[in-house]
Amino acid sequence: MEAYLGLFLYFLSLLTVGGIYAIFALGLNVQWGFAGLFNVGIVGFAAVGAYTYALLTTAQSTFHYGGLGLPLPIGMFFGMVASAIVAALIGIICIRLRSDYLAIATIGIAEIIKLILKNETEITNGPRGINKIPRTWEHFSEERFYSSWPMSWFNTPEGWEAFFDSLPNWWWQPCFAATILLCMYIIYRLLERARVSPWGRMMTAIRENESAARAAGKNVTARRVEAFVIGAAIMGFGGALFAQHLRLIEPTNTFDPAKVTFLVWVMLILGGSGNNRGAMLGAFLIWTIWSASELFIGYSINFIGYAFSSFDTTILETRAGFLRMMLIGILMQVILQRYPGGIIPEVRPASPHKGQLNSGSTQRE
Amino acid sequence: MWDAFGFEFVNFYLIPGLVLGCIYALGAIGITLTFGILRFANFAHGELMMIGAYLTWTIMAVITATVGITIHPLLAAIPACVVVIYLFFWTDKFFYKPFRNADTIKVVMASFGMMLIIRSAVQAIWGPNQLTFVPGIAKPNQSLMGWTGDIGAMLLIPNKHLLIFAGTIVFVVVLSYILNRTRIGKAMRAVSDSPELAHVTGIDVDQVIRATWIIGGICAVAAGVFLAMDIQLLETTMGFRMLLPMFAAAILGGIGKPYGAVFGGLVIGLAEELSAYPWIGDAPLLSPGYKTGVAFSIMVIMLILRPQGLFKGRAF
Repeated sequence: MEAYLGLFLYFLSLLTVGGIYAIFALGLNVQWGFAGLFNVGIVGFAAVGAYTYALLTTAQSTFHYGGLGLPLPIGMFFGMVASAIVAALIGIICIRLRSDYLAIATIGIAEIIKLILKNETEITNGPRGINKIPRTWEHFSEERFYSSWPMSWFNTPEGWEAFFDSLPNWWWQPCFAATILLCMYIIYRLLERARVSPWGRMMTAIRENESAARAAGKNVTARRVEAFVIGAAIMGFGGALFAQHLRLIEPTNTFDPAKVTFLVWVMLILGGSGNNRGAMLGAFLIWTIWSASELFIGYSINFIGYAFSSFDTTILETRAGFLRMMLIGILMQVILQRYPGGIIPEVRPASPHKGQLNSGSTQRE
Repeated sequence: MWDAFGFEFVNFYLIPGLVLGCIYALGAIGITLTFGILRFANFAHGELMMIGAYLTWTIMAVITATVGITIHPLLAAIPACVVVIYLFFWTDKFFYKPFRNADTIKVVMASFGMMLIIRSAVQAIWGPNQLTFVPGIAKPNQSLMGWTGDIGAMLLIPNKHLLIFAGTIVFVVVLSYILNRTRIGKAMRAVSDSPELAHVTGIDVDQVIRATWIIGGICAVAAGVFLAMDIQLLETTMGFRMLLPMFAAAILGGIGKPYGAVFGGLVIGLAEELSAYPWIGDAPLLSPGYKTGVAFSIMVIMLILRPQGLFKGRAF
């Protein structure tokens, strides 16, 4: 029974983190898949969302600004807003230039955001980071929540304490995973609606043939900034969920460009850029591979250590992770060259009618 | 004039700024040439700088272990250059060339992937920890110190910095000779101006691309080794840290303009160091932690005001 419980919780954690990455991938899909904007600063937008959420919702602390102790949804909302504002600033400057400049600018803004988080120790506690970030559902068992409104309406603090003690200590995990999956599903439905709407079809037109779209009277720059800001807001939301999942965030290792930006790109390209379902599939697939390969490498290193007892495995332990990253990078190059459409290619024309064709075909049925 | 103010300003801000500027300039040459001739922002350039420095370190370590003599980093950089140039060729052949006729953003994506692949490979081979490149404390050049001290303007410049200055000047002079006087250099400038027209006039574009990688590779290794000599250690993030200032330098000077890149590199290097000078009051004008931010803000301002750069480069 214990073993099954462990497996179940592992599966839940796969769903949780996979869902968060799926939200990042959906945000990137708006930018890259819909509008063809090359954003390599995903980690920056995620960090803005995560830090905004953390500062707004944590309890009063002497280490960093606030915590204001606001309700969780408000923190998540302002995480989105902050990320969208950063994106609007960078988008208005760079989107009128060629895509390479946007790439350079986004990778730059991600670094600048991390610099600010590292250096403004008064506000963010610098490299030591922010901890005790409230996590949805689990936060109900914290005293500051159950002893105050609205939970205090239903039960006394002692009553709540007894209630949470009676639950198994992993009770919040299925609820948290379900919440994340629900958020992902809502974002997916909204984006799917946007994709088949006139706005979405206009985005495709702009991406495919900018001058034709311009000639047809579309405001190309404004539409691109819109897509960039919407994508960044979704990434900020993902960042807030990421902060909830981790509960401790700091600028350097939590927001490592390789582990956020790059993995999300691989997820989107593998799943199929331009296709929301593909983005989610890619996210869960790559996260499962990533997470399972960690276990697998751990076991193989243990096995090597067991089989050749004279062999020092510490060097393997520190370096296997980098090898894994390298293989993921090569996987991305292979997909980019051989399967540019991904697993589920983009469906075109993006129209709400039935009988859609795959990308590449120009005729309707 | 040359009181405590000038002494501190020149030796602790101006000279380090120029050193950093030289390193950025050499790196930016490769970036601006790739951007101008192959028409994409090469994100892997910084990582190739880093791998050049790591290879140099390895060659030095191997020679010390087998022959027992310590050779100068610049000598060990020559075989490292060859390896890096082949690495450039190899990445071009397998990862960039398939996209040459496709949308340019695909190549940028491929180079972004290469950046991670190369860094992970270096971390897997050499380990994630810092390595000592040259041990010991660099003392200022004694004769220069004595000579300038006599005329009342004492300069404290370690030999490594003199070497970096001299090396950069040699590289820039040789580069300007190649670009202005040789056939291949003229072909490179022609392709940078207009690839179709250059192709029509019978210029071998593949050869030009090879020459671009060779020049970019040599400059990248030089920049990597100079950087490692300056900070005296190697770390796997050094290439990535250089990337943004180098892009800023290339954009400041104008894409496709090697002299612009050199000028831009010097400006960015100086701006980064001088921003930490206590211009107003006693505290640094800008906390040294924000040095990278200076390069980025210069780049953003350029993108707003003059995306073609100071020297009228290509604006896409």
